[in-house]
Amino acid sequence: MSETTLSAAPPATRQITVQVNGEARSAEVEPRLLLVHFLRQTLGLTGTHVGCDTTSCGACTVLLDGVPVKSCTVLAVQADGRTVQTVEGLAAGGALHPIQQAFHEQHGLQCGYCTPGMMLTSVALLAENPDPSEEEIRWAISGQICRCTGYQNIVKAVQQAGAALREGS
Amino acid sequence: MASTEVRGLGHSVERKEDARFIRGKGTYFDDIVLPGMLHMELLRSPYAHARITSIDTSAAAALPGVVAVVTGELMAQHNLAWMPTLSGDTQAVLATDKVRYQGQEVAAVIAEDPYVAKDALELIEVDYEPLDPVTTPQQALAAGAPLIRDEKEGQTDNHVYHWEAGDKDATEKAFADADKVVELDTVYPRCHPSPLECCGCVADINPATGKATIYMTSQAPHAHRTLFAIVAGLPEEKIRIISPDIGGGFGNKVPIYPGYVVATAASLLIGRPVKWVEDRTGNLISTGFARDYHMHGELAVKDGRFTGLRVKMLSDQGAFYADAQPTKFRAGLFHIVTGSYDIPAAFVETDGAYTNKAPGGVAYRCSFRVTEASYLIERLVQTAAYELGVDPAQLRKDNFIKPEQFPYVSATGFEYDSGDYDAAMDLCLEKLGYKELRAEQAAAREEGRLLGIGLASFTEVVGAGPRKTYDIAGLKMFDSAELRVHPTGKAILKLGVKSQGQGHETTFAQIVAEELGIPPEDVEVQEGDTDNTPYGLGTYASRSTPTAGAATAVISRKLRDKARGLAAHLLECSEDDLEWTAPRFTVKGAPDRGVSIQDCAFAAYTNLPDGMEAGLEGVTYYDPPNMTFPFGTYAVVVEIDRGTGQWKPLRVVAVDDCGVRINPMIVEGQIMGGLTEGFAIAAMELITFDEDGNCIGSNFMDYLVPTAWETPSFELGETVTPSPHHPIGAKGVGESATVGSPAAYVNAIVDALAHAGVRNLEMPVTPDKVWAALSEVGLAQ
Repeated sequence: MSETTLSAAPPATRQITVQVNGEARSAEVEPRLLLVHFLRQTLGLTGTHVGCDTTSCGACTVLLDGVPVKSCTVLAVQADGRTVQTVEGLAAGGALHPIQQAFHEQHGLQCGYCTPGMMLTSVALLAENPDPSEEEIRWAISGQICRCTGYQNIVKAVQQAGAALREGS
Repeated sequence: MASTEVRGLGHSVERKEDARFIRGKGTYFDDIVLPGMLHMELLRSPYAHARITSIDTSAAAALPGVVAVVTGELMAQHNLAWMPTLSGDTQAVLATDKVRYQGQEVAAVIAEDPYVAKDALELIEVDYEPLDPVTTPQQALAAGAPLIRDEKEGQTDNHVYHWEAGDKDATEKAFADADKVVELDTVYPRCHPSPLECCGCVADINPATGKATIYMTSQAPHAHRTLFAIVAGLPEEKIRIISPDIGGGFGNKVPIYPGYVVATAASLLIGRPVKWVEDRTGNLISTGFARDYHMHGELAVKDGRFTGLRVKMLSDQGAFYADAQPTKFRAGLFHIVTGSYDIPAAFVETDGAYTNKAPGGVAYRCSFRVTEASYLIERLVQTAAYELGVDPAQLRKDNFIKPEQFPYVSATGFEYDSGDYDAAMDLCLEKLGYKELRAEQAAAREEGRLLGIGLASFTEVVGAGPRKTYDIAGLKMFDSAELRVHPTGKAILKLGVKSQGQGHETTFAQIVAEELGIPPEDVEVQEGDTDNTPYGLGTYASRSTPTAGAATAVISRKLRDKARGLAAHLLECSEDDLEWTAPRFTVKGAPDRGVSIQDCAFAAYTNLPDGMEAGLEGVTYYDPPNMTFPFGTYAVVVEIDRGTGQWKPLRVVAVDDCGVRINPMIVEGQIMGGLTEGFAIAAMELITFDEDGNCIGSNFMDYLVPTAWETPSFELGETVTPSPHHPIGAKGVGESATVGSPAAYVNAIVDALAHAGVRNLEMPVTPDKVWAALSEVGLAQ
């Protein structure tokens, strides 16, 4: 095996197609491209944020086939053929999703940086558990960091959204 | 007073800024993409202290996609290898001679693609000759310590400054006359604000016009523009700082960091925009840390009254003295250390030392070292209570400054504006059920359970400041507001401060609503763009409401005065015949005859009386006559697990008095955020170093910040003692809870063990420390 060097030709790219917020998005990507960079830079969906690069803070959380993942630790090629939901896909037809409405009304955000990830995890939680306890909500979002709110109003927002979704279903 | 329809002061108006954030449509600096934009990555030192013998950038420069590799040598050719700090010291932009802390910036790669820039970093070869590192201030000041700042003329040791406040002789006398002296040695450890968004910028210098537009994470964009002009020698009118949406600041985004300077220089040299995105490790190991104060406090007591306070401190400044604080005050506003107590004599002295650690003692959600002061006095008072055998709540009440003593001049020279400390304490104890809890604590102890109750009655000094006393890097600390009312009665308010999540777009619109009658939804608040807002000193030290909030009220009143003339013209009466109840002027005795502020605004452009200047616009610069002094009492109840040393807050009750509350919902949000960061500092946040100077705490797996799981729930209460000198009586609240709460948490833990003789535990109070204390006093299970 010959020694590889970084100055060799650029890595081969791969064609991927990902259903992002209900729309098929195709691109040629480097195999090493992170999903978060595919979303932010390739597709221009900058609502997904990067806070730590080490899977610790959860600012980059999106839903991959409905499951929250930290998109800084998923390769774009791993999302090939799968569905991704980002914050930009929450407001269907322009009307706010109940989780967005609830974060606003309960003052569940301050700087807004963790908010997209927090809302998406909450959506996944409520899909699985429509009426979670405070403890269940705190556990569900415990992979994500908010530096501003102290979480109490985020918990209230998830409870409010849960009630709204139960009423609406 | 405004009518309820305009939703001025005291209304929990839902935040205007949320509309974009909940849709993922905020614009943080990393969301900005410019045509032809390049990407920068920084190479950082692996050593805490080492001489650079050579740097070979040839392989990196040859990597396809790399546009330039920048070293200190190149920066030196443009006189930019060093820059001034906010404390009048100098700091290396890119190291030329030595590296002085792990993580220091050594070189930068500019590339077409961020991944390629990172690849190229690994191809830069730097030869280092390691030197002995200095990792504690005690080591730094010992004889024979390695000289860290050997490049600095006249610097022969690692001593940075000596600073004193108060009256030494009077304090010595108080101690000589005391019947009891209570002492506490404690370290407020190095921690880091770590906002969720790291630092970074997009620097865009147009080669044709020379205009430098720098989108950067800046809590103080105007001050940064001036400093850029001075540092880089660029004409100030050609510099435009745009501080877009900021993902949290907490003091971390006050200084100018090397990355900003290198990216700007690179854009200038290359002629294309350059984006620099700091990663989390870079943020934690190289940008403004907080605290790192080694404190010795002594309290003189006579007949149960505090008669003197003496404090001696040693401050670990890191390799460059880069505190962000007013020039006169080397230890910030630490001399607020007499706190909420009527202590007739006090003396504070502090020395700073250079160490091989990151520079930049910023105030992590605190007004210039007020947090360290509050922690020390509140821990000392708790210790005194045990030593004197007096209940800690009662001892505080016995020594509080009383309402009738305001304005109160402290022994270190602050003039407290207003306060009612007993009222806040009483409300807190009532909400807590203090007496019952003490009984419960005693009963639990009988059962072998360890409950602790901790109190802290803090007083802050915020809102810098009167410009005669306070400055940042020589720039006087006033602030500004420009208000333009359009013909249709809608308005734009432009401010020199900059929100990082505090909700300025809503809060300041509510001040306009209160004073001018235009509802908040009709007032757009703009901040952060230096080409488009009046000069101001920025947002930190809880100063936005005390300064820019006051300026907003003042300019609103000036426009209202002009509108009165327009109303008189429209109603064909004298100005003296008019009464104002926002949003209307009415004729005295004829309430049906009136015009709205919107009518007046339209007239300002369409139907002016002879001789009146057109328009309804104005700008004002507000120099506060004094600081403001928010206060409160916090109470924490904890239970300690005797088997593991883990402690858990069972209750956190916080009563704050920040004067008049503009938007109670936002105020409570600020308090809960601060209580969480206070908990974090007490429980887990720590930047520490091994003996080689390696930073332990360089990522979110080592530097722990609390999640929803660990964070307690909060019970809030309020008292309202308006500031007598602020136009709307507000005091500022963003930092109260970070300042006040760490002592409450630690006091609670110590209180659980005090009966066994435990008097102190150092932050962060991790379970292993508690376990060691439990073992030592025979309480471990």
